[in-house]
Amino acid sequence: MKRKDSHPLVFWLFLAPVLFAFVMVIVIPFFLGVYYSFTNWSSSARAGNALRLVGLENYVRIFNDPAFAYSFILTATYTVLNMLVINVVAFALALLVTAKTRLRHAYRAGFFIPNLIGGLILGYIWQFIFNNAVPSLGTLLGFASWADPANLVLARNTSALGALIVAGTWQYAGYIMVIYVAAIETVPVELHEAAQIDGASPLRRLRVITIPMASQAFTITLFLTLVQSFKQFDVNVSLTGGGPSTMFMGKPIYGTELLAMNIYNTAFISNDLAGGQARAVVFFLVLAVISLIQVSVNKKREIEL
Amino acid sequence: MKRARASTVALEVLSAVLFLVFLFPFFLVLINSAKGSFEITQYPMSLPTDWMNIFKNAAAIWTSVNLHYPSSFLSSIIITASSLVLLNLLSAQAAWVLVRTKTRTSAAIFLVFIAAMVIPFQIVMFPLLTWFRQIAAVTGIRLLRSYTGILLAYLGFGLSMSIFMFHGFIKSIPLELEEAATIDGCRRHEVFYRIIFPILKPIHATVLVLNGIWIWNDFLLPLLVLGKGNAVMTIPLAVANFAGAYVKQWDLILTAILMAMVPIIIFFLAAQKFIIKGMVAGSIK
Repeated sequence: MKRKDSHPLVFWLFLAPVLFAFVMVIVIPFFLGVYYSFTNWSSSARAGNALRLVGLENYVRIFNDPAFAYSFILTATYTVLNMLVINVVAFALALLVTAKTRLRHAYRAGFFIPNLIGGLILGYIWQFIFNNAVPSLGTLLGFASWADPANLVLARNTSALGALIVAGTWQYAGYIMVIYVAAIETVPVELHEAAQIDGASPLRRLRVITIPMASQAFTITLFLTLVQSFKQFDVNVSLTGGGPSTMFMGKPIYGTELLAMNIYNTAFISNDLAGGQARAVVFFLVLAVISLIQVSVNKKREIEL
Repeated sequence: MKRARASTVALEVLSAVLFLVFLFPFFLVLINSAKGSFEITQYPMSLPTDWMNIFKNAAAIWTSVNLHYPSSFLSSIIITASSLVLLNLLSAQAAWVLVRTKTRTSAAIFLVFIAAMVIPFQIVMFPLLTWFRQIAAVTGIRLLRSYTGILLAYLGFGLSMSIFMFHGFIKSIPLELEEAATIDGCRRHEVFYRIIFPILKPIHATVLVLNGIWIWNDFLLPLLVLGKGNAVMTIPLAVANFAGAYVKQWDLILTAILMAMVPIIIFFLAAQKFIIKGMVAGSIK
């Protein structure tokens, strides 16, 4: 029975459909995209003789654009804070729903449900909450200033960033919680019992048993939340739409425009396809580098534990 | 013992409070879907004066020409279901030959699929549109604003992760099983469809759930490939189109949101065990 590769026909036939889709949707557009980022690509210069190489011009323009610099810093801030908040909330929720409460299954489902709602729809819900429900709540509670249009959460870019984090956490914490729950449930009960007999407090057991035992989950959850936050687009569109506007380096720009939206807007609002494509290439490189670093650091730490 | 009971009660209360906080946005959507535009801006936090309004709003949404709710809902189902069938079948068979064929070509193909997971949609989205347009110009096959194009796109973008998951699972299936089937007269492709495919059930669940949630809710890809206000729209696209046309008309926007959410939530509650299990199996690997 040592005929390991005796079915080349089946091999290629079985692979053909996915290879076809992969080449059509990923490989060709990827290389076209890298190529276009070095050209004057636009809606009028699509192909043929109008399209010509311009070298690094598109990239030089990116680094001279305050809106991109702002968007980059904003996305980095959002990613770090969002990862932090989602993981802390998700871990706390996981601890709660693995405790022996009576309704823990219902809680689990409840915390998870927002994850089923897409970012676009969910952003509209939170827009309504911040623009209508919060001011009304302020009036009810006697804080009339909450209803002042200038004080709306989405009217200032720092608080609007906070709003993006709240909406992002509401959406994603339940999913991350499910992963933590699975990790926590693999910790043997005997370990906790033994520690309890030795007089370890619940907090100490959390620190020396649960967290180290769940470390494999951290690699996955941090990776997932990192990528999810960095690529955020849908919630950005429907919750803040990039606004409110602000000044940065002497230029009026969108105050909450994350990178994914910056790429989209450059191509379709500013009608600069080549510029948008060059931003997308930078976006890809940054994402690839940080996710590789993140995974390798975590893998190393996982082994040490 | 008394302290233990007190802490359990505290946990129960804390969990219940957080549970209500998490579900409160849904409650707000529900109560405000039963209000008119004046009531909603004046009293967004209070219960509706007349719950029957919800049917009036729902009827307006159902017949809205900006939302095309019935046809958008159907399109979403067609796109999600077809993509899932394609992804599950084609990724599974690809993963199987990649696991069972120990050649350098096989290993290289697998590596390329895995490496492609770091490619964000953003870098391929603009050229994809141009490329699809060129294909239509040359072959006459319409890929933009059509089911064919979006299904091909979802197969392309979903296959890396799906193959990765099937690959991991198939590696653990003993080879003896396949050898026995071969001796019994199964031909090579039959070994897959008759023996392997049915064993993959648990991992099918994971692939279905993860891709299902993604595709159903996806906004950017349909926005580019299908376009807003087109004959084929998905639910997120339709809601965005509608919210853009009825800015600040929260009575209608929230009703549209409610009608977009209710089917999913019902589906989740019905298949909850399956979904949660699927999500966990996939993430722990």
